[in-house]
Amino acid sequence: MSEFEPTIVAFVCNWCTYTAADLAGTARMVQSPNVRLIRMMCTGMVDPKYVIKALLSGADAVLVSGCHPGDCHYINGNYKARRRIKLLTEILTGFGFDERRLKLTWVGASEGNEFAETVNKMVEDIKELGPGEATAIEVM
Amino acid sequence: MSNRIGVYVCHCGTNIHPKVNSPEVAGFSEDLQNVVVGRDYKFMCSDPGQDMIIRDIQELGLDRVVVASCSPRLHEKTFQNACLRAGLNPFLFQMTCIREHCSWVTEDSEEATCKAKHLVAAAVNRVNYHDELYSRMEKVHPDVLVVGAGIAGIQAALDIAKAGHKVHLVEKAPSIGGHMAQFDKTFPTLDCAACISTPKMVAVAQEPNINLMTWAEVEQVSGFVGNYQAVIKQKPRYVDMVKCTGCGLCLEKCPTKVPSEFEEGMGLRRAIYRNSPQSVPNKPVIDATVCRTLNGKKCGVCEKFCPSGAIDYEQQEQTLTVDIGTIVLATGFDTMDPTPMKQYGFGRFDNVLTGLQFERLNNAVGPTGGKIVKKDGTPPDSVAVIHCVGSRDKNHHEYCSRVCCMYALKYDHLIKDKVGHHVKVYNFYIDLRCFGKGYEEFLTRVQEEGVTFIRGRPAEITDKARTPEEEGKLVVVSEDTLLGQTVRVPVDMAILCTAMEPRPDAPEVARRFGISQGLDKFFLEEHPKLGPVSTATDGVFLAGTCQGPKDIPDAVSHASGAAAQALALAARGEVAISPTTSWINPDICIGCKACIGLCAYSAIEFDDRLRVSVVNEAMCKGCGSCAAHCPSGAAQVKHFTEKAIFTELAGMLAPVPEAPITVEDHAESPMAEAGPQESVPPAAETEETATAS
Ligand SMILES: Cc1cc2nc3c(=O)[nH]c(=O)nc-3n(C[C@H](O)[C@H](O)[C@H](O)COP(=O)(O)OP(=O)(O)OC[C@H]3O[C@@H](n4cnc5c(N)ncnc54)[C@H](O)[C@@H]3O)c2cc1C
Ligand code: FES
Repeated sequence: MSEFEPTIVAFVCNWCTYTAADLAGTARMVQSPNVRLIRMMCTGMVDPKYVIKALLSGADAVLVSGCHPGDCHYINGNYKARRRIKLLTEILTGFGFDERRLKLTWVGASEGNEFAETVNKMVEDIKELGPGEATAIEVM
Repeated sequence: MSNRIGVYVCHCGTNIHPKVNSPEVAGFSEDLQNVVVGRDYKFMCSDPGQDMIIRDIQELGLDRVVVASCSPRLHEKTFQNACLRAGLNPFLFQMTCIREHCSWVTEDSEEATCKAKHLVAAAVNRVNYHDELYSRMEKVHPDVLVVGAGIAGIQAALDIAKAGHKVHLVEKAPSIGGHMAQFDKTFPTLDCAACISTPKMVAVAQEPNINLMTWAEVEQVSGFVGNYQAVIKQKPRYVDMVKCTGCGLCLEKCPTKVPSEFEEGMGLRRAIYRNSPQSVPNKPVIDATVCRTLNGKKCGVCEKFCPSGAIDYEQQEQTLTVDIGTIVLATGFDTMDPTPMKQYGFGRFDNVLTGLQFERLNNAVGPTGGKIVKKDGTPPDSVAVIHCVGSRDKNHHEYCSRVCCMYALKYDHLIKDKVGHHVKVYNFYIDLRCFGKGYEEFLTRVQEEGVTFIRGRPAEITDKARTPEEEGKLVVVSEDTLLGQTVRVPVDMAILCTAMEPRPDAPEVARRFGISQGLDKFFLEEHPKLGPVSTATDGVFLAGTCQGPKDIPDAVSHASGAAAQALALAARGEVAISPTTSWINPDICIGCKACIGLCAYSAIEFDDRLRVSVVNEAMCKGCGSCAAHCPSGAAQVKHFTEKAIFTELAGMLAPVPEAPITVEDHAESPMAEAGPQESVPPAAETEETATAS
């Protein structure tokens, strides 16, 4: 039986994590191909709807990643994201999703290694967790 | 009518293809909805690559373009301009990264190709929902703010002022010059530091286009490229700058003495002080923390002796606001405090000095009048110069500080020259990095002066003697890695070449100006190679060592680069502002006002007549805080609309067809001819040079 290959969607901020992903690439830091990036201008732009939509459309997990607290290019978008993700996690777990399926991280523009590690760790975790619960939800 | 999309998949020489099978991805894209043509090419960013897009737009009537290549942070503008040249609105374009995020980081070729297909499908989906957008032109305020007046800030300010633009130069210390003002000689030419920097400092003071503010700091910055406002705090000097003549009488009479920061703690200064007689401005300040009068005690000596009545104990802090178009940050570096490195005994042994302390010992107006002497006033007979203290060291700073080897050699020479050729000088080094113009030649010269080089990082400096020769000396214990044995070298004085590091307030300064710090905590440039002076924030530039360790020639060149960038904006007088702002659809808005409280820029107002929220585009930065929250979905950031993101997601998650069978695996396959290695992209023979990373 072939190993379960999860699909992970990452909403990343243009100023920090997207840049870190570029840096990880330039430094050829090998990453699992399971994570696909959507470039946002700020984590504060990530509407909880996008996360839900991703999980319902076949993503096994969602990563939201932006600038470190205090470093947001737009003053405080990441604080707003932090609150939204916290609430959203509560809602999702209420619907039977494992809380590990939604992850918020801060990866600064110079932290290419941190980005690669985050990606690889998350893929490992989700592999362990198995496919997303979305199919069950659809039945509800 | 449906859209007509062209998809272009780059090989980037061999950077993308063959890890990602670019022809296969291009072929795959042709089956996606609304895609009229899918092509692959060796270098999409080259002229023939761009021409290919332009030709297709014109001949095939494309109205949307997708390029899959390197990171959009590198070439998005290139391709947007190509679209524009073909008459297509540049926002009807989407770029997806299959190099940094795919070919360079994925091990398996098939997996990389599959990921690239997902990314292309997402981009194609998304571009369908792009709208024509038009950048807004804004005026650029012609004045420039330069923060920090070390040699880098001075150079930048002079360059900009000479071009006819007004500069506000803000320096936090009482006088300008930064670290260079502390030196006596500079490597590799051994120019006298004051002789080369004083004329520049005086030029700053005399330049009518420079508004010099010393003893001042920038407290707050608002606005955007071309239109910044800075709030500057002018600390009270307690000396009237107009009345003071700089005669220096007060400096002699003040009864309060404290260790001088400028002398690196080796000399004393008064409560009213200036760094040196050459200081610019040469008018003193009163240190309010130690001044007797300002702390309610009886004194008033300086006021009594001042012949021009310039002392003013009542002076208050002032704030002023300046309008500027661009900002140059030149806040410099600090040197590492070696006290925590207990093994070297700094602070415990009198004759263990830092590099900056040794600079002051050498300086004609320093604590010893330029004599190299031990604490007891006698000259040393032997000196150890310890390189890389805190640099190239996992426990402190991983990076090389780039100047220590060279100033160590400078010290070697100065000791031999000033104290005498009999003095034994031992350098403890890891590698000698003499990379600059004239640097290797300087090393040769110093080697010929009879200096000893021991390759090794000392384990400790101790005063515990083991032999009679070590009695009363500092013993440097180190491995000599070339001899493969431990050496004990008794000396009279040891100089620690401590690392250059970011200033302790760098995190606050970075935040205030909306820029980032790198892993090493120096300010982060936009691109390590192609954007070393610009930052992620438009209109904010870096000059000198605040961006990373540099010697004077590099700091000066960097500063001139920053000046040129600031001038480019100021001289042009206008700048295109991205149209990707938020927009609130008045037909949907329910007037709940939630967005107004969320906006960090106060860019949303409430229209009382229509009972809806309205975005002020001039103030909106397009962060999307409002759009992500809007309960009715009325607020949307242009180019990042809900529709665009939803379809991008759908494309990204849709299954892609199995990869066609490749030559290696199935030789009998009918696809054999079109195997990835064979497929020749159109006009692939053109020899462009890759612009990889
Ligand atoms: C011991 C030693 C010896 C050296 N010898 C040589 C040599 O011989 N030859 C050579 O080429 N290089 C030498 N260098 C390197 C040289 O010191 C630097 O290249 C140069 O000083 C860098 O100038 P700068 O303007 O970038 O920074 P700095 O000299 O640090 O100047 C920064 C200025 O900004 C001000 N500032 C800081 N923060 C703020 C703020 N928030 N607001 C306002 N102002 C602020 C500071 O007060 C300072 O005046 C030596 C370095 C050391 C440590
Ligand atoms: S800009 Fe990066 S999180 Fe806000």
